[in-house]
Amino acid sequence: MDNIAGTKSTLTWVVHISVAVLVALWLFPTLGLFVSSFRTTDQIVTGGWWKAMFPSEQNLTIRSAAPETQVLANGLYVIEGELFEEGKDAEIQAWGVSSRAIDDYLPGETAELRKGGTITVSASGHYRMENLEEFTGTRGQRVFVTALTPPEFTLRNYDTVLFSGAASESMSSAFVNTLTVVIPATIIPILIAAFAAYALAWMDFPGRALLIAFVVGLLVVPLQLALIPLLKLHLGIGIGKGYLGVWLAHTGFGLPLAIYLLRNYMVGLPKDIIENARVDGATDFQIFVKLILPLSFPALASFAIFQFLWTWNDLLVAKVFLIDATGQTTVMTNRIVEMLGTRGGNWEILATAAFVSIAVPLGVFFALQKYLVRGLLAGSVK
Amino acid sequence: MHPALQGVITIAVGVIGCVGYFYFSNLILDKFIFPAKGVHAGRNINRANMVRPWLFLFPAFFALSLYLAYPVFETLRLSLTERLPGNKYVFVGFENYSKMFNEPKFWESMRNNMLWLIVVPAMSTGFGLLVAQLTDRIKWGNIAKSLIFMPMAISFVGASVIWKLVYDARPEGTEQIGVLNALYLWFGGTDPQTWLTIPFWNNFFLMIVLIWIQTGFAMVILSAALRGIPEETIEAAIVDGAGPFQIFFKIKVPQIMTTILVVWTTITIAVLKVFDIVFAMTNGQWETQVLANYMFDKLFRANDWGMGSASAMIIMLLVTPILVWNVRNARKEMQ
Repeated sequence: MDNIAGTKSTLTWVVHISVAVLVALWLFPTLGLFVSSFRTTDQIVTGGWWKAMFPSEQNLTIRSAAPETQVLANGLYVIEGELFEEGKDAEIQAWGVSSRAIDDYLPGETAELRKGGTITVSASGHYRMENLEEFTGTRGQRVFVTALTPPEFTLRNYDTVLFSGAASESMSSAFVNTLTVVIPATIIPILIAAFAAYALAWMDFPGRALLIAFVVGLLVVPLQLALIPLLKLHLGIGIGKGYLGVWLAHTGFGLPLAIYLLRNYMVGLPKDIIENARVDGATDFQIFVKLILPLSFPALASFAIFQFLWTWNDLLVAKVFLIDATGQTTVMTNRIVEMLGTRGGNWEILATAAFVSIAVPLGVFFALQKYLVRGLLAGSVK
Repeated sequence: MHPALQGVITIAVGVIGCVGYFYFSNLILDKFIFPAKGVHAGRNINRANMVRPWLFLFPAFFALSLYLAYPVFETLRLSLTERLPGNKYVFVGFENYSKMFNEPKFWESMRNNMLWLIVVPAMSTGFGLLVAQLTDRIKWGNIAKSLIFMPMAISFVGASVIWKLVYDARPEGTEQIGVLNALYLWFGGTDPQTWLTIPFWNNFFLMIVLIWIQTGFAMVILSAALRGIPEETIEAAIVDGAGPFQIFFKIKVPQIMTTILVVWTTITIAVLKVFDIVFAMTNGQWETQVLANYMFDKLFRANDWGMGSASAMIIMLLVTPILVWNVRNARKEMQ
């Protein structure tokens, strides 16, 4: 529209670049975690994740095969083999046989061994040890290599975190627990709120405005206030800490937004339809189930996404109402916080665990963004 | 019983219970209490219609009252009492508050919370407005917006891990794996910094996480508001020779001022409740304590329900102006 008056904005390219920079800034941190979750421990500590796309230089210490594998050929004792596992595409740049001089030799050169004999290492990692006398000892020769390794990504971290790791750090059980919390905590408030929202939108009774104000007020009441009294209540009536408690708490905390969102949407539905139905003799219950609920689908979906994201990502409510001393019912967010404490430096585990918990909300987000945006627009108090 | 099975049963009981409650309570009202037949048919229908709204409202408002309204008063009461062994409570007046006011950690939380309250809403709204305006007219604007909006879906805990990796520090001389330190050294810094332990400034490193999350929210709302501006006003400004900056600051921004305020207050409330980020990243060490985490600390580590409640009341007190403002706005709109 800036172009209407013929003043084609010279700022256009500045706009494109600034947006690109902002998007990159916003994406960069998440990308870092994502890439790190596919790298091995060695790779993570030897270089930043942004170098993961390029070959990296690594210093490795590898042992040759043990003397028992030597063969006698033409009067020479020979041990031969590959320094790298099969399939690893590394290129040796320098190597050595002593920890004090790890880059004394170039690929193809031959080094004298301290215990007698010689060793030759090629760029691809092939080595050949030769000796006039028999090699002795039980362990192989240590070889220090400086190698250029190509980018390499692995799914091993996911395997560790989800299936083969320690039970106390397993994300799969926490995943199931989170799911167990989330599904009832999303469905139940929707139902309860929908009925209330219908009454607030389409039924006439004294005190309606006051009740709406009550809901709007409760929208902003901080959760923190509810923790102690409700924990006291739950302990008092015997619910204690557990799934029932956390479902009830999430239902209660989600209701103000649910009622508010749904009422705002239902008020906007065409009046004629509802009045025609009333004239035709439909009861309020019928109108609600057969007309209002199907018509309000977009608002119901919006709230469902909100509640899903909020309960999935929640830490505080789960910590207070769900997780007891046994830790059997821990959710993913809590497990990650625990790992931050115990495995602060193990980024491959942390990144993978975090990504497991982020993946589902991200999927929901990209699939149902339309409803999320609609809900946000309707839900912010005008 | 397996919890997952328990979950399925809860869903079934909850859903059937809800639908059953609404269906049967309506049925009983119409068929038995005020039947729409006989001599009083008309009067009965009217009476039934007076009762019905309360049937619809009852479960929701019962839950709201029990889970949000009652705790406000109960917390107020608890903040004036002390819990003794054996679940006894004695009234101690304002002793919890005065004890709290004498704690340096409390004032540290207050100071940090004020910093958060100033910086986070301002930056999030600012960036949100910037992105909303910039992406308004470019072709790939929707993709850009969706990517900037994405952190909204990420949990605070997940975001904390993401940013901890950014702030990570390795000993001097080894390869840095945190982006910030790598950049810092690349730009001529001498030794890697442990960013989260530098008092005062570390607060800002924590705030960045919340700004990163909330910008998307601000952007979505403000972008819709910008689209809602009547085109005539902008065309008129162009005809009058206004430049792009003048159009933005003098025509567009004033017209969406109410929306900006709404975004600002919504983020303010999110800031007051911020807990997970501080809990996961520093747990209030190195002078990064905030009220919500201070409260959690009192509640579950010191096991002091009195002071925990008192600090929760402080959060409530800070929220109250926004609560009143929201309620007044909502009432104005309904009239």
